[in-house]
Amino acid sequence: MTVDSTAENRAAAKQGSTPGTTPGSAAGTIPPDAKDAIIARGVNKAFGEGEARTQALKDVSFEGRFGEMLYIVGPSGSGKTTLLSVVSGILRPDSGTVSVKGQQIWDMSADGICEFRLHTIGFVFQDYHLFPRLTTAENVAIPLILQQHPWDEAISKAMRYLKVVGLEDRADLPPVKLSGGEQQRVAIARAIVSQPDILIFDEPTASLDGDTGKSIVHFVRHEILTDKRCIVIVTHDSRIYEYAHRILRMEDGQLKGVEDGDTSIGD
Amino acid sequence: MQLKSFTGETLLAYKLLVNDRTKFAALLLGITFAVFLILMMMSMFAGVLQRSSSTVINIGSKVWVMDPAVTTPANNIPMPDYVQDAVRSIAGVRYAVPLYSGAGLVKLQDGSFQAASILGLDDSSLFGRPKLLQGKIEDIYAENGFIVVQDADFEKLKNPQIGSEFEINNNRAVIVGIAKVTISGLFGIPTLYTTYNRAIQYLPQTQFTASYVLVEPKSPSDVAHIKDEVRRLGYLALTEQEFIDRTAQWYEFHTGLGMNILIMTVVSFIVGLSISGQTFYTFIIENLERFGALKAIGAKGSELVAMILFQSTFTALTGYGLGVGLCTGLIALAKWRLPDYAAVVTFSSLGIALVMVLIIVAISSYIGVRRVLRIEPFDIFRS
Repeated sequence: MTVDSTAENRAAAKQGSTPGTTPGSAAGTIPPDAKDAIIARGVNKAFGEGEARTQALKDVSFEGRFGEMLYIVGPSGSGKTTLLSVVSGILRPDSGTVSVKGQQIWDMSADGICEFRLHTIGFVFQDYHLFPRLTTAENVAIPLILQQHPWDEAISKAMRYLKVVGLEDRADLPPVKLSGGEQQRVAIARAIVSQPDILIFDEPTASLDGDTGKSIVHFVRHEILTDKRCIVIVTHDSRIYEYAHRILRMEDGQLKGVEDGDTSIGD
Repeated sequence: MQLKSFTGETLLAYKLLVNDRTKFAALLLGITFAVFLILMMMSMFAGVLQRSSSTVINIGSKVWVMDPAVTTPANNIPMPDYVQDAVRSIAGVRYAVPLYSGAGLVKLQDGSFQAASILGLDDSSLFGRPKLLQGKIEDIYAENGFIVVQDADFEKLKNPQIGSEFEINNNRAVIVGIAKVTISGLFGIPTLYTTYNRAIQYLPQTQFTASYVLVEPKSPSDVAHIKDEVRRLGYLALTEQEFIDRTAQWYEFHTGLGMNILIMTVVSFIVGLSISGQTFYTFIIENLERFGALKAIGAKGSELVAMILFQSTFTALTGYGLGVGLCTGLIALAKWRLPDYAAVVTFSSLGIALVMVLIIVAISSYIGVRRVLRIEPFDIFRS
């Protein structure tokens, strides 16, 4: 399968844009010359003080590569959400470094990190956090509006990405009129509409039934992942492990191991 | 580019606000109701104050000389004649004339009595005469001549015409003119104009007769000197505006009226603040996680604050407009049905209402802004 076959690129190609694809490369395999999208080194993070102090992350180091789906798994309280927040520029670590696309994000100013997130990272939240009073298209357009795109241009581009996720006919509906799976797709469209290089998924299947969850992750693997994009997924759901390129196992704030996923399934 | 981008975020804030129709309606209702109450209270008070100074405004003298104990035009204390002569001799006085201001009982042709305000104008100059709608001003010198003011209380004299007769203290009076004035009186009684000498002849008198001495200074710069000289005489000279302010202060601080209006205004403010503050706070709380999501996506705190301030300002101005419209509409309707209705929307009332509304939305949005700024994007993941 080539990246050109992804729905995102087909839609983008029709509009004359190139959302980060290299023709001829494979979405399901890691290119041999791939550079690291995320490099975390010696990350520590604690919450609370005194006896209530909890060490959420203990000297965690890992890399996330372009063209891969990287899972962070582990039991509740293992630190996976904290790690996700640290590498996505949301939660400042106590020590350690995080480099995203070669930039040390925690050396940036507060506004600089906001700008960096806005242009580089797309988020799909567990509860989607769609605005119920906006239409589906307006929800998808939010990152572009925050990026100072004119309203009409943002809506127009949002429509393209709704087509990517197969919901162009739902553009004028409010999210509450959509099913859980459709809302998840809207959240994905919102995450990719600004063509970010890093996508962060927080428990993408937690609110979905098994079949819908698998179909969503299948869709992400086949239609959203490109060789210039790194997708990081935090999940409890072992049913979707098969779509991972690599799996980081967290326990008690420590990285306990890195496993290769079954890349053939994704392809 | 900057303007376009601002428009995008502003439009987003606008849609988030107005698409939540129930809350937006509740917000508008709160603001509109508060503006309406605040403005209505102040308009009624302004109307009362304006009418309390109707004599001062209608006569239009630049300087008024009076007994220092006078607090309002209605409770004048007659002065001896020498005061007028003494004032005339002050340097800088172009002329000074007496004014009689009093009240009398008018016996109408059907035998009923009606109280009336009677103003006696200086016989030689008729200074302070009203604008006539019917008749000629010189007819005021005719035997028993009176001019009646056609205002809201005109009909209480059975809608008199030129030639209508009635009695004042067993003296015959004849209407020789019908006039209009700028402001109707406060006490809901008709107003009659006649000459000074006829007024003191018709109405029971104390030892002294001149209610006021009206002064025309040679130039505005002479006013201070005139006031000093009048003070040396043991009397008080006030400019027209000073007399109006003195009257207003007396009603504000010595009748309980001002305190009642103040209390009602504060209550209106609190009602508006409660409704709007609570609704806006609920609006923010319900969208708090989504604001957190916006932060996570990359919205800066300043951008979210700008969106909230736009929402609150838009609500405030819309509610303010509706409240002003409702108030002025109701006052217009009331004046159409009740010509006596004393309420005036002044620019200062509009300004004060606007300031109070802005305070309401500032407090409401401050609470919302605090919550939005305090939410961490990390909380969105943890939730």
